[in-house]
Amino acid sequence: MTLHLRVGFLPLVDAALLVAAADGGFAEAEGLVLELTRDVSWSNLRDKLHVRLLDAAHMLAPAAIASTLGLNGVRAPMAVPLALNLNGNAITVSQRRFEELSRAAQGDLADPAVSAGALAMLVANRKASGLPPLTFAAVFAFSSHTYLLGEWMALGGVKLGEDVRFEVVPPVRTVEALSSGQVDGFCAGAPWNTLAVTSGVGAILHCGVDLARDCPEKVLAWRADDVERRGEAVSKLNAALIEASRWASSAANLPHLAELLAAPERLNTRADIIEAVLRGEIVQGGNRPARHVPDYIRLDPEAIRPDPARADWLLAGMARAGQFRDDPAAADIARSIFRPALFDARR
Amino acid sequence: MKPDLKILIVDANPVRAAIIDEGLREAGFTDLVRIGASTTGLVAAIEAHDPDVVVIDLEDPSRDALADMFLVSRHVRRPITMFVDQSDTASIEAAVEAGVSAYIVDGLKKERLKPILQTCISRFNAFRKLREELDEARSQLEERKAIDRAKGIVMRLKGLSEDEAYALMRRTAMNEKRKLADIARSIITAAEVLK
Repeated sequence: MTLHLRVGFLPLVDAALLVAAADGGFAEAEGLVLELTRDVSWSNLRDKLHVRLLDAAHMLAPAAIASTLGLNGVRAPMAVPLALNLNGNAITVSQRRFEELSRAAQGDLADPAVSAGALAMLVANRKASGLPPLTFAAVFAFSSHTYLLGEWMALGGVKLGEDVRFEVVPPVRTVEALSSGQVDGFCAGAPWNTLAVTSGVGAILHCGVDLARDCPEKVLAWRADDVERRGEAVSKLNAALIEASRWASSAANLPHLAELLAAPERLNTRADIIEAVLRGEIVQGGNRPARHVPDYIRLDPEAIRPDPARADWLLAGMARAGQFRDDPAAADIARSIFRPALFDARR
Repeated sequence: MKPDLKILIVDANPVRAAIIDEGLREAGFTDLVRIGASTTGLVAAIEAHDPDVVVIDLEDPSRDALADMFLVSRHVRRPITMFVDQSDTASIEAAVEAGVSAYIVDGLKKERLKPILQTCISRFNAFRKLREELDEARSQLEERKAIDRAKGIVMRLKGLSEDEAYALMRRTAMNEKRKLADIARSIITAAEVLK
């Protein structure tokens, strides 16, 4: 019997395994008709999953936690039988701020401690001269992007949300917000950092892996009650995504994967830009050569195991951002969203 | 219902925004502000207008910026919560399906929002119906045009009168169990290929 599943996604490179499963034949091989629907906001994906307009959704790992704990408006319990990737983000600043940071840096700007120190100097100088504080953006409040920014700034003793203004800017508007001066920098996933660099608006300061190894990123979220009730569907989609992950782990398949992602109804972006990101060939801007970043984004079978221990880094970030007060019971719930048993059974 | 609530309508589609505006006015709400695509930051617009209720089109990606304002905010004077009645899934469902979401600023009683949300849902649905009817009318017009063009081609190629050409096309459509407009399109395509 054929199972029809509707899964929502945002047009980002880390939707790669969903796109590979739907358009590369892996879902079909499991007897699934996988219908992907593109959306414009994480809030929409959460709500549509909650009212069952979707069976599952591409979701920020901490947004799944926030939604389950009810920190985000609706209390909509989710469960994660598979992660979609690790890593994949970068921090980009405007050309002007990049030059200022370069001048202020005491040492190699590529070292996050040095760049954060330079940021602290900029912050102090602006305050002394009566200039408005700098503004940094992430794509969602409950996101690894927010926590990466917070962790980086803390290296220089700068507090995100206090010393530096924090704003949420949707991915599609990041480049525009940087060029208009609405924000001085942002942390986002691919391909937005690359697009800011290639359009001459910004320079990449750090890749996510410079700050956190194996950073939890997007997950496949189901309604918690559906994971219990619809075991067969969950298991089949998991199997298709695990096969897609094996396929995507071979460098020889990356051009094909990039083509699938570039399609108009998927990311609608140039395939060569996507392929470079998948290979970890990162253009940095700021008169520096492109950089090879192994594990810039991880899609391999080990990376997509939904490990409850990954919740801990996220909870620490949420606590630093003032989104979560230390609460052991809530922390247990956050960990229990990740369901490795289902994943291990199919691997 | 006290009519003093200030409502901010965020919708990039000016026609739909006008329809919502009208609906809310009919329901007795007169303090309304409309903004289009919120490119320069929805947070700034909210700070500037200081509304009690925000109604937003789900096609606007800056909806995600509102989630940040739930956290008792660093920059916004009044915290925002999404309209949710955990016990009332039907109204969440109706709103999501209609494509609209509503947010309450600073502890406004949920009961006061309900008629606003209901109005928005019905106006969003009315707008969608209107758009579907318009699309339908447009496609009917296009079919009409295709049939006229095909009729002209048949008249010219087969030396038939207008009525005869039309009757021939109708007969063909009936025999092949296809729509007249489909037959017309086939004739036009064939005529272009064979030109």
